[in-house]
Parts: sequence; structure tokens; C-alpha cells
Amino acid sequence: MKDITEKEVSEVIYADNIAHIEELEKMKKATPARIGIGHTGARYKTEPMLRFLAAQAAAADAVFSEVKEDVVKDLGVFEVRTKCASKYEMLTRPDWGRIFEEDTQEYIKNHCIQNPDVQIYFGDGLCSPSIQANIPDLFPTIKLGLEDKGITVGTPFFVRYCRVNTARTIGPLLNAKVVCVLIGERPGLLTSESMSAYIAYHARPEMSESDYTVVSNISKHGIPPVEAAAHIVDLLDEILKKKKSGVALKTD
Amino acid sequence: MNLKTRLYGKVYQFQNVTDVLAKASELKSGDTLAGIAAENTLERIAAKAVLSDLTVHDIRENPVVPYEMDAVTRLIDDDLDAEAYKKIEHKTIAEMREWILDGKTTGNDILHASRGMTSEVIAAISKIMGNLDLVYAGNKMHITATCNTTIGEEGVLASRLQPNHPIDDVEGVAATTLEGLSYGIGDAVLGLNPSIDTFDSTLAIWNLLGEIRDKYEIPTQTCVLSHVTTQMEVLKSGKGKADLCFQSIAGSQKACEAFGISTDMLEEANALFRDRGSAKGKNVMYFETGQGSELSSSAHNGSDQQTMECRCYGLARHYEPFLVNTVVGFMGPEYIYDTKQLLRAGLEDVFCGHLHGLPMGCDVCYTNHMPVDQNDSETLLMLLANSGCHYVMGLPQADDIMLMYQSTGFQDIAAVREIFHKKPIKEFEDWMIKWGIWENNRLTEKAGDPTMFF
Repeated sequence: MKDITEKEVSEVIYADNIAHIEELEKMKKATPARIGIGHTGARYKTEPMLRFLAAQAAAADAVFSEVKEDVVKDLGVFEVRTKCASKYEMLTRPDWGRIFEEDTQEYIKNHCIQNPDVQIYFGDGLCSPSIQANIPDLFPTIKLGLEDKGITVGTPFFVRYCRVNTARTIGPLLNAKVVCVLIGERPGLLTSESMSAYIAYHARPEMSESDYTVVSNISKHGIPPVEAAAHIVDLLDEILKKKKSGVALKTD
Repeated sequence: MNLKTRLYGKVYQFQNVTDVLAKASELKSGDTLAGIAAENTLERIAAKAVLSDLTVHDIRENPVVPYEMDAVTRLIDDDLDAEAYKKIEHKTIAEMREWILDGKTTGNDILHASRGMTSEVIAAISKIMGNLDLVYAGNKMHITATCNTTIGEEGVLASRLQPNHPIDDVEGVAATTLEGLSYGIGDAVLGLNPSIDTFDSTLAIWNLLGEIRDKYEIPTQTCVLSHVTTQMEVLKSGKGKADLCFQSIAGSQKACEAFGISTDMLEEANALFRDRGSAKGKNVMYFETGQGSELSSSAHNGSDQQTMECRCYGLARHYEPFLVNTVVGFMGPEYIYDTKQLLRAGLEDVFCGHLHGLPMGCDVCYTNHMPVDQNDSETLLMLLANSGCHYVMGLPQADDIMLMYQSTGFQDIAAVREIFHKKPIKEFEDWMIKWGIWENNRLTEKAGDPTMFF
């Protein structure tokens, strides 16, 4: 059966009447941009148009879809949500996507071990599919890596309608030395399952945005989860030793 | 100064000019987030009614950020043309709106008068205009500016070629640049957003774009959109040159500080690029703006995002830029939620930029976390082509593979030029004819082959 998305856009030339086709092939190897797609009149040819629509739809779906309860269950973690009650609130109220109701905070506290070296949790962020696509490889590898180094890891959980700055609440709540939130990134047309790790030493409400150390572009199209995990373990180890994160870590 | 009115017998009272401006503004999610939007549509209309009776004087005397505490307010107020201001000082905002729309009032009349308007006055006028008013009035104004070529002549729709690449790979950037050129894109500027803001990447891309411009004798401008301090450092080093100096700007001193800039720094950059850059003309600055950036750095001072956006234009006009564009849908749904808000913001930004006397363009765009898609971009592009918009963005099939958002494509600009009888900048059009990609005011069959340049 036909699938127009089977080959990467970068592998297909849709333009006609190219003077030096081998040059165009070289150009396409140098960039993932949608070049060499041709035109009919001053409009797009049909297949590249459909491919754009498919990629954009996948990206939008990644934002607006929900992480299914089964996915959370399979990860073996419990679920909480921020103050947001819907995707709409999550997208329009960043101030609510970073805080929890009182009883939710109690719930988290009662279901997690206290005082871990590193508290890791997962958030849907702007890309729900990133959880299923990356966490099953990413989290166990990070956990093993840290435990090998004698670093204690807190109880993982999943936060629905989650923004990065939930870390400012979670850190003090569980008295974790370091907080690491694995969260879905805003998708683009090249990938719609990427996630980032935002890591903060001594996370707290009054911390600065520049106190986060970030590993982005984690996905099979970017940094593969297992490779990212190794990198994150090294970073967490360094952050714990130097007792700082973000810009301060770089300027060391 | 009267701050209350009645609608259907119900009294609506507003606190001050800032409150009237905010509540008169068309609905934007950012103003709701800030807690300053009108509570309902009738309150919004009441605010518009109150605003329409305020005078130019009332609004000038009550800037949304006080003169004493804000360098942007001071610069806008100090730059006012006293003669022009005197003529309109006692006019109401309603009178200004009707005068602008009046068939006897020309674009030049409007642009002359606008030298006496603060950014808040311009915002106020736009807030009592419907979308069609904005297009109708916007069409009167043609603002020219000269770098290597001149933008803003009547009947021209120019374009920025935006060849972004995930890691600024020189060959990859060149490939996209040639593809864009083969569609007649890039007459406003060949301008790259670097993925890393360093001396070396800025220099490398300056050199690349300069080589392409010179090798194919393209009558256009070059620019790398790194931080202004990076560009100044590279220019001062003597290792490379560019035609335009870029910076993102915001509508208050505090918000500018969050961008790491000051009015003095922009002054220095303007002088430096005029003196040592490669531009032939005197308009050497390129600014980008976008509603919501002030709120995102908690530097909006209780003012609505469209008024703050206007103050960006008040700041911009001080430096006589070659290009200014709003990146209208880039900030995300917290600020501009959906298609309705996006279309409105695009139209009001372009109109208000023009009314400030700026050669105004628009990055017609959206992010994937907005309930907006490419059809909406295409709609706004068609609207702006009819609103006197000076230039728009050209990307390979509208997709930015580095900044992860969707804008407008090479083919989209070509189509809009053809439908609405718009042309590229004259010298660039001649260049396109020379390469055989433009004939009888439309693309030829030959267009779209980037290997024609080999």
C-alpha cells in the first residue's frame, strides 16, 4: 500500500527540469529543508503539499493529544496533574501549568521517597507522544547509570499538563538535591516526538531560568534516548559534585 | 479627561488611560493572561467609546510607562515633531480615525501628521479601527528606505529569504539560499537566524551570504540575526561585513533589558554599521518585534500587548531602519491564541508600523501549539499583500527547520505577487529577468531550479 511519508523528504526530489540533478542531490544532503520540491504555476505540486500537511498535522496532534492512561500504567508510575484542567488551560495559562493544588502536593509527598539526590519525573509538556516514544528507554538507563555511581533516585511519576517550572515546586516538596524533568518539546515538522531534560540544582520558586541545564532534541531523529541517558547521567553527576547547574555550570 | 460611558443604560468606568487602552484592545490571550483584558465584549466596546473621545493630548500626557522610569517612553516623547503635534493636540481619537480614512487625506498627509503622534496615540487609533479600516488606511501609506536597494515603492511586495539550518552548516545554508533565489525571493534581505549566537557563526554566514550576493551580482542586502553585540564585535574585528544590523526589540526599557539591549547600544550599532558596514544607503537597521514579548519578561507595566507592540515601533523609528517586521505568531498561544487573534494582530501590527513611518513587513507565522494551520497563514498573507505590507518571509515550503515554526514559502510569495500584481524591488526584478526566472510579471518554467546558478 502506498505511503507518501515512507521516504524522508530529504531523500526525494519533486522538482522537474533540473539542470544539474547531481548538484541538487548534493544540496539536499546538506540540509533537511524542503528544497527541490518544484512548483506548478506558482503553487506546490500535490505530493509535497500533502506531505507538508501530514507533517504539520502530526506536530499539532502531538501537542493537542493526551497521554493515554495505559501509557502511564505501562511505565509503572502514578499520575498527577497541575492546576490546569485541560489542554486549553495548559496552553493559555503557563502560570497554572507550573503549580499544583494543595491536595496534589500532599499526594506527591505521600507517594514519593524524601530527600533523594536526584528527583526525576515526566511531563507531557507540548508533546504527548514523546512520553511513550522515549521514556521506556530513557528513564531506566538514567536510573541504572545513577545507581551505579551510588546516587539515589527519587520515586518517578507523571505530570499531566506539565510545564518545566513545576520543578520549582517539586524540588522543595521532596527535598531533592537535584530535579530533572523529562518533558515533551514543542514539535516541528521534522519530528513530533522530541523531549528535553531540564535539570536544576536546588530547584526552588525564586530560581532563575538560567539555572536550568538543558538537554534537548531527545528522540530517534535527534539524540537517541539511550545516548541521551548516558549524557544526562554524566551531567547529573557533575551537577551534584559542583553543586550548581545552568549558566553557572558552564562558566566554571 | 472623561473615563466613563454608558451602553444600553449600563455605566462603564475605567481607571486610567492604560486601562482604557487595554480594555479597548481586541481580544488576545496574552491580555487575558495578564488580567487586564475587558471582561466581556460590551465592556470592550465601552472602552472603545471612551477612547474615541480622548484627545491626542490626553494620551500623550499619560504614557503607559512613565517618562521618568522608562528610556523607551523618553525616546518616543523626545522624538515628537512639535509642529506636527500642535496641529493634532486637541483632536479626539475618533477625529483622527476619520481624518485618516477620509478620501481627501493622502498617505503623505498621514505620515507627516504621525510624527506628532506617540505610540500610544497610534495604538489608540488602531483600537477603534476594524480589520477593513486597517487595510484601507494601510494601503495609502508607502514608506521608502534605502540600504543597497530601496524598499517601499508602490506596487512592490519584497521578501526576506530565511535560509535557516539546524547547525548553521554553510553548504546547507547555501543550498536553501539558492533554492529561494530561484523563486525570486530575497530582495528585502538574505537573512539567517543562527542556531548558535557566536562570533564565528556570524562571521561565517556573513561571508557566505556576501559571497553569494557578489558572485551572482544580486541587488540585495545581507544580515545574520545574532545578538547586536555579536554583530558589532564581528564588524569591529574587521574580519567581515554585512549590510544590515539586526536586533529584536521590545516596548519598554525593562523588556529591552531582558533582550540584553539599551537605546544607547542601538544608537552605537546604527552609527557603526553606517560607518563601517557594507551598505550603500543610510538605512542599516533591521528590527523584529512581536506582541507579548513584554509580558513574557513581566515588563509590560500593566499595559496591553498591542500598545506595547506599538511602542516597539516608536523605538524603531528613532533609528531609521531599513526593515521592521512583527513575527506575529511566534510567541505562542499564551499571547495570540487562534486564527482570529492572529489575523487581527497581523493587520494591526502592519498598520501601526506604517503609521509610525516604518517600512513594515510581517513574518506571517504560527507555532504547532496554536490551533492554527497553513491555510490561516495563507489567508493572512493574502490580506497583508493588500494592506501595503512591505515584505514577508520566504522559507522552503514555509517550514523553519531550526526555529521549529511555520511561516510562508517561496511559492506562496510568488503566487501572491502574481495574483495581486505585486513586483519584487526593481533592481532585483531586473536580476530575475536576467536569469530567466521572471517574465510578464510572473515566474517562468525555469524558476525553482537552484542548480541554474552552477
